[in-house]
Amino acid sequence: MSRTVKSWLGGDAPWIWLHAGAISLSLLLVAGLLALLMLRGLGHFWPADVAVFELTDVDGARERVIGEIVEHETLDIAKVAQDSDAAGHGLIDRYLIKTGNREISGIDFRWVNEPQMSTPEYPTDIMVLERREWGNFYGFPRRLMEGGSEVDLGGAALGQVLLSSIDAAGGIFAEIRHIEKDLIGAINYRMERMRLRERRLQLEGGMDPEAALAAESAALQQDYDRLVADLESLYESLNQRTLIAVTASGEETEILLAGIVRAYYPNAMSPAQKSGHYLGKLWEFLSEEPREANTEGGIYPAIFGTVLMVMCMALLVTPFGVVAAIYLHEYARQGVLTRLIRIAVNNLAGVPSVVYGVFGLGFFVYFLGGSIDELLFRESLPNPTFGTPGLLWASLTLALLTVPVVIVATEEGLSRVPLAIREGSLALGATKAETLFRTVLPMTAPAILTGMILAIARAAGEVAPLMLVGVVKLAPALPLDGGFPYLHLDRKFMHLGFHIYDVGFQSPNVEAARPLVYATALLLVLVIVALNLAAIKIRNNLREKYRAAE
Amino acid sequence: MPQNNVTELENRTGERHAPAAAPTHAMNLGGLIGNEPRLDLENEKVCLRVEGLNLHYGGKQALNNVSMTIPEKRVTAFIGPSGCGKSTLLRCFNRMNDLIDNVRIDGRIALHDLDVYGKDVNVADLRRRIGMVFQKPNPFPKTIYDNVAYGLRIQGIRNRRVLDEAVERSLKSAALWPEVKDRLNDNAMGLSGGQQQRLVIARAIAIEPEVLLLDEPASALDPISTLKIEELIYELKTDYTIVIVTHNMQQAARVSDYTAYMYLGEMIEYRDTGTLFTKPRNKMTEDYITGRYG
Repeated sequence: MSRTVKSWLGGDAPWIWLHAGAISLSLLLVAGLLALLMLRGLGHFWPADVAVFELTDVDGARERVIGEIVEHETLDIAKVAQDSDAAGHGLIDRYLIKTGNREISGIDFRWVNEPQMSTPEYPTDIMVLERREWGNFYGFPRRLMEGGSEVDLGGAALGQVLLSSIDAAGGIFAEIRHIEKDLIGAINYRMERMRLRERRLQLEGGMDPEAALAAESAALQQDYDRLVADLESLYESLNQRTLIAVTASGEETEILLAGIVRAYYPNAMSPAQKSGHYLGKLWEFLSEEPREANTEGGIYPAIFGTVLMVMCMALLVTPFGVVAAIYLHEYARQGVLTRLIRIAVNNLAGVPSVVYGVFGLGFFVYFLGGSIDELLFRESLPNPTFGTPGLLWASLTLALLTVPVVIVATEEGLSRVPLAIREGSLALGATKAETLFRTVLPMTAPAILTGMILAIARAAGEVAPLMLVGVVKLAPALPLDGGFPYLHLDRKFMHLGFHIYDVGFQSPNVEAARPLVYATALLLVLVIVALNLAAIKIRNNLREKYRAAE
Repeated sequence: MPQNNVTELENRTGERHAPAAAPTHAMNLGGLIGNEPRLDLENEKVCLRVEGLNLHYGGKQALNNVSMTIPEKRVTAFIGPSGCGKSTLLRCFNRMNDLIDNVRIDGRIALHDLDVYGKDVNVADLRRRIGMVFQKPNPFPKTIYDNVAYGLRIQGIRNRRVLDEAVERSLKSAALWPEVKDRLNDNAMGLSGGQQQRLVIARAIAIEPEVLLLDEPASALDPISTLKIEELIYELKTDYTIVIVTHNMQQAARVSDYTAYMYLGEMIEYRDTGTLFTKPRNKMTEDYITGRYG
């Protein structure tokens, strides 16, 4: 027996088990991480059933509560009860209920102890209203009002009329948003540019600026007045209808239809309807802007900002890194100095990222950006254009952070190109530069892209330096739009990583935001994976082309 | 007397080859040596002239006072044991040694009237005139067509018809055309070793150099491919001055008109191939070619 154990221990088997065990554990942890993110994040969008139950207080007072049961836990009774002597010992179940109706009760969530609850019921006529402000409303709809009198439903069910009215209001609201944000935004943008032009003419002291721009200014003003008139009539039609609904405690409350995003009867929905609703919510999460201090709505601007910033970073870092690597590997004399530079480059990769953020703020934003403003954007001073955190500086800071990775990978690739190939090219009368650009660099392309992949992987997950050089909680506009020069490198932007931090820890409503933290984290992982897969795909195509030479 | 030597050489050559491949090759070689007058360096037009060439790698001397002339449109072979400096000498002609750090060269090499190591020599231009083929086939990881067109494109030739013609002509000269004419756009790395080496030769002659330097061109190849390369060398010498470095004495005997024996960086003996292999003047040469070296 002990002999077989001994021989087992002496063989390869224990090592194989050890290594296989280690890798399984790592994979399991990654899988667990993703599973947790999915479970916690994706469940949030499912339209849960809404329960009604009665709550009996310690004093015997009764209260009716409507809400979603969000969480359940089992606790030692002593931790929950106010009066520990009376409670004695034992376990108690308690539930976290999302009660909504924040404008009435002041809170969205409350913990309820199981012994105080009556058996929950799920009446089908409970309605959930998702609103633009004040969070969800849970209650029973009663009647529609318009201009102080009840709307005649003409025999149709209240729910149907309500839904179509909400749809109509939503359409009008979308139009208002379009006019306010896109059309008036564009006019404002042009007016601002005109003001700057006027200011520049003044600074240059040339012709009379007002005369030159008067016609254009008048035309813009006319457009603006027309849009404002449109807006007024839209607002009028929007604000007409209201819904009278009854809350859990039986009091009636009046809700403006224009403030409702969507309404549904969760308890009456079939699984198919729920799935449809779920996909709709998921799509909203991906494609809409955030509402209510980022705790509701979507995170589209953050996804957009992250991807755009990473792409700008990749465009900046790759040429920089490749050029540096070519000099180090091909042209520089190999000696003590180049070795020192190489060591310095490798050490750059180990500097804490927040230090890069501080450097970016001090050097890029204040010094470089300030100088650019002095030279090119005199007219808008004292308002900074580039002298304030923005997309360009964030990309540059991250490019600086990741440039060592690209340099190392490119040098690796350059040294893998066989001497025979270089000699072959030189022997045909090519100069060193021709050899480099026609033969060596194409063969190095897969290695360069590997460097870029690593750089993207590192940059996409970085948050700390970005907080200093360009990321904000809520950006008023995307950095890419239809107004010249289309890509606004000076604008601040939103980022998934910062969004997680902001929603999770800076939000006024932590309970409501928590699932969003998981969902956003999952999305961040997915975005990074997608960016990497795209780069890997390109790299593999190139590698296929040059495989035989390696 | 010289006639005798030639027959002997011919016989020796014939024996070396596989019977199926032997006849054409032996016939070529026989025809050449049989019909031409006896070779003599004195009567040749000079293509490359080397005078008092010394080369140091750091503190180590690799070439010691080498002087010689390479005749035009002939095949000149360098033989000698490993490390004798024959490849180093070859790489001096097209200045490939420039790529290595710590190399010091003095002495003179002239390509016709051009001082190869002159101050205002454009090295890229020089290498266009003196092409080179290396020991290991080194095609670029590009298509067969792009490999052959590489040197021309470097010279700025973009005209598709000119390139097409040059590619076809070069591949035909390198005896590769029939094998690759239907897959010019395939990657050159997919060719066999022998085909790759012929492709590299085609690539070198596409830019029409005056001199072709071959650095052990067949040492990495199988016997059949070696035979093809040797036949090719014979074909090419009507248009090019060829200098070949080889470890294989039989190969030198088969393909070359003149042979130089080098030892420890010095030129020991240099004369026409027939005489060198049959009646070497120097004892060291004799020892080497009869296998008593070392």
